[in-house]
Amino acid sequence: MSTASAVPPAPLPVEPASWWRRTRGSRAQPLKYAGLLIFGVLILMPVYVLIVTSFKGIAETDVSHAWTLPHVWTVAAWHTAWNDLSPSLANSFKLAIPATIISTVLGSLNGFVLSKWRFPGADLVFTFFLFGMFIPYQAVMIPLTQLFEDVNFPAGIPRLVFAHIVYGIPITALIFRSYYATIPEELMEAARMDRAGMLRTYWSVILPLSAPAFVVALIWQFTSIWNDFLFAVFLINDPASWPVTVALNNEAGSLVTPYNVSMAGALLASLPTLVVYILLGRYFVRGLLAGSLKG
Amino acid sequence: MSGRTQTRRPWRASRNPVLRAALLGVTVALLLALPASGYGKTDARSSAKKSQLEVFSWWTGGGEAHGLQALIKIWNKQHPGTPFKNETVAGGAGSNAKAVLAQRLAAHKPPDSFQGHAGAELLDYIKAGQVESIDFIYKKYGFNKIMPAQLIKQITYKGHLYSVPVNIHRANILWYNPATLRKAEISGAPKSWSEFISDLKKAKDAKLIPLAVGEQWTQKHLLETVMIATLGPSGWASLWKKGGNWNGAGVKTALNRYKELLAYTNSDSASLTWQDASKLVADGKAAFNIMGDWADGYFRVDLKKKPSSGYNWAAVPGTNGVYDWLSDSFTLAKGAPHRAAAVQWLGFLGSKKAQDTFNPLKGSIPARKDANPKLYDTYLKWALKQWKSDKLAGSLTHGVVASNAWNTDIDTALGLFLQNKNVGNFQSALVSAAKKRSGT
Amino acid sequence: MKRARRWGPGLLLVSPSIILIGIFVYGLIGWNVKVSLSNWREAQHTTKWAGLAAYRDLRHDAAWTENVHHILLFTATFIIGALLVGLTLAFLLEKGVRGEGFFRSIYLFPMAISFIAAGVVWRWLMNPAPGDRASGLNVVFDKLGLGFLGHQQWYLDQRTGMAAMAMPAVWALGGYIMALYLAGFRGVPEELREAARMDGASELRVYRHVVFPHLRPVTLGALIILGHISIKVFDLIVAIGGKQLITQVPAVYMWILIYDARDYAKGAAIATLLLIGISILIVPYLIYTVRSERRT
Repeated sequence: MSTASAVPPAPLPVEPASWWRRTRGSRAQPLKYAGLLIFGVLILMPVYVLIVTSFKGIAETDVSHAWTLPHVWTVAAWHTAWNDLSPSLANSFKLAIPATIISTVLGSLNGFVLSKWRFPGADLVFTFFLFGMFIPYQAVMIPLTQLFEDVNFPAGIPRLVFAHIVYGIPITALIFRSYYATIPEELMEAARMDRAGMLRTYWSVILPLSAPAFVVALIWQFTSIWNDFLFAVFLINDPASWPVTVALNNEAGSLVTPYNVSMAGALLASLPTLVVYILLGRYFVRGLLAGSLKG
Repeated sequence: MSGRTQTRRPWRASRNPVLRAALLGVTVALLLALPASGYGKTDARSSAKKSQLEVFSWWTGGGEAHGLQALIKIWNKQHPGTPFKNETVAGGAGSNAKAVLAQRLAAHKPPDSFQGHAGAELLDYIKAGQVESIDFIYKKYGFNKIMPAQLIKQITYKGHLYSVPVNIHRANILWYNPATLRKAEISGAPKSWSEFISDLKKAKDAKLIPLAVGEQWTQKHLLETVMIATLGPSGWASLWKKGGNWNGAGVKTALNRYKELLAYTNSDSASLTWQDASKLVADGKAAFNIMGDWADGYFRVDLKKKPSSGYNWAAVPGTNGVYDWLSDSFTLAKGAPHRAAAVQWLGFLGSKKAQDTFNPLKGSIPARKDANPKLYDTYLKWALKQWKSDKLAGSLTHGVVASNAWNTDIDTALGLFLQNKNVGNFQSALVSAAKKRSGT
Repeated sequence: MKRARRWGPGLLLVSPSIILIGIFVYGLIGWNVKVSLSNWREAQHTTKWAGLAAYRDLRHDAAWTENVHHILLFTATFIIGALLVGLTLAFLLEKGVRGEGFFRSIYLFPMAISFIAAGVVWRWLMNPAPGDRASGLNVVFDKLGLGFLGHQQWYLDQRTGMAAMAMPAVWALGGYIMALYLAGFRGVPEELREAARMDGASELRVYRHVVFPHLRPVTLGALIILGHISIKVFDLIVAIGGKQLITQVPAVYMWILIYDARDYAKGAAIATLLLIGISILIVPYLIYTVRSERRT
């Protein structure tokens, strides 16, 4: 098997074939659960602070009260956060959904060509893409904006969508290329014997097998596009088009920061990503997946 | 999974038609929807044509946002054909906002008017030709007469004015909680340096944090008040001119005093914001806190404390009669898309009506001398009086006396000093920063 | 000719991406390098050549030296921490447990939370206040009878602070690394394990000699992902530490120089050095990948 198949954002795991058989009667089982629970608690500790703080009044929100439950429970912070963030939530969807889908599809096509329909120098092109992941974005915001201005690119959300698609090329190509590398050559041979062209091969051989890689790429792209602040704040000047991250950042005044509101806002803003994790996570688990290819 | 059998011609047996169908559907929908939806509209193009007023600031939250909203309401009523477009970006006392602004100006996409701290912080914009001189606005509305002459002098660059100050904050305030001081048997706010030190000792003996400070910029804020106390307002002002005497005994004394003060501060300072540090005073855990007068709004509005009984204030010891000031001001951007509206806006901002509307909400005082004191709360009434009589010293931390580049050099020097507490090194770093940056 | 007809469409399909990356990545990198070699040291735009002046400035800059120390310590702690946490979690989940999906969602959750607010929480958790003002994790230590851990200074410790700063980063990315390893574990064919067991190998030896070697490429890939996040780390530092020298890293200093001090050349020089640092990390990986592909 190809060692290169497991490069970074590999498809999320499959349910092991017969977990019940192997786990039955294992003495280590309680220990295992203890470990899982301890880690769960540790990881949820900051989330707990986020949640309790979001239900407090501002006088109670400081470091010395981090662990305590609210004296007076109030949803005022949630109310404020919802009022402030709801218009921009719509913008975030408008931007994250097309950007995620387009960049994932593009990644799939690029990954397919770079692994299964190779041309001379394909590895070089892949390396050329990959290096793009490492550019420190903060340093290039000024020329990037100038570039958009020079070609008169439509301002606002289209710019942001475009930027996310372009800067998503490296990571999505990486995900799909390493995934497609695990698809056995025999499948390609079969297609070749039928004299299927490139697009037809992609459409009828590769794409139907791509679900796991799609899920991984969608999760990664959606998370990073949804949570992006830097591109959004630099590329969008019109407050009416701001995504939720910029609105969330604006909860902090230049002087007093209402921690309760910004934490309620942060939870609110992270819900869509969480839903994506839960929905797509299950999609893996149900086993519509990759691992069988290797068996 | 094991139940799923693979055919020998797997590529024909489409294993997952759902994905293909979904992909096809979504792609077609996107292609159809993109041009049809609002994506085609552009904010830049439409904004340039319509008559409106684009104002860029970092006033997104709290009293300052309420103040701005009140101004917008008046503006929109007075100028129904020129709606106000509020472009605010928050974050770290305007640092995100400043970055976004820098990039917009570089791309020649300026707003009509943008916020900046009055004074040397605007030098970058002035020298890069990104703002216009607005002497004519001052002349037309008589701002030079109604604002203190010292203020006008301190914000004039090479004979020209570039922004209209909307408000004045004061940096050199010592905050304390009267009940806490009583407990520590401190008679009241200290007036002189020696009184201050002995009070800090008393507080320490009473197991209090003698002087609460927060992260690095609040420590710089503290440093600036100590320097002003030591050098006096004229000595302080001369430091920022070409050939300022950074090497002298005065600066050395000030730095030593600063070091002495730091010994009385909380060890977790770098992990606290200014409001966390001020709250230590409100909660009775710390005796004193030196912070700008925005703390008044935090104590009074957010923490619901009563002025003078729940919290109290005085000038930082040794700075009585000196107003260490800073100001939010607005400029006229060069190439402003709606210049005429921007000129009107700046005239409006300097008016008594605008300043008396905005400042009571923001928790600051007008730059004008003719404010109506009835509109202002206890602390601000006091500040109004001082503003008319005090000598003015510009704030370092808040952009009045030093350019951004100079400030950055000082930040680095201070950051190193806070780690190694070496006064000699600190002073020589300050000297070389001044050599590099002054007179530019 | 015939072969070109075969690979031609592939190249055609990829070429828009090549052009976009060429402009938006390499064009901008080129711009950045050019700026770093110019004398654009203030708001006024200039393009005059200044050679390596900005780089020389950095070499004599005490802040930069400190930045480099910070980022090295941060990177080392972050990478090792995230790999260990990810591997441990994946190991616990590997053979399948009831409620796996539930645990996985919990472990992945931190990735969904924006650091703008999570930063405040971590600042509170790592509060170093002494005595009865102690709070955050220090209090938890006390309550759990772990008082011997003492009251940590966390990220305010001048020597080890940046290691503490890596904790929230591990928290955010640990779940993702778990997912990678979980995929890696399940990519090990069951027959291989069975065969080793038949040979009488203990479960421990099965892991050591069969499973872990298979995870090497995963580790390497994770290293790259974590490494490039680490070297460019910005949001997390600003959200927790603010803009203070004690927690300053190159990306933060770069931001300050470009957008506060308007020293564009020096900021661009940092960006260039970061890119070079990252290439040192990635080039060996690329060579490894290409080589191991050839072998198969």
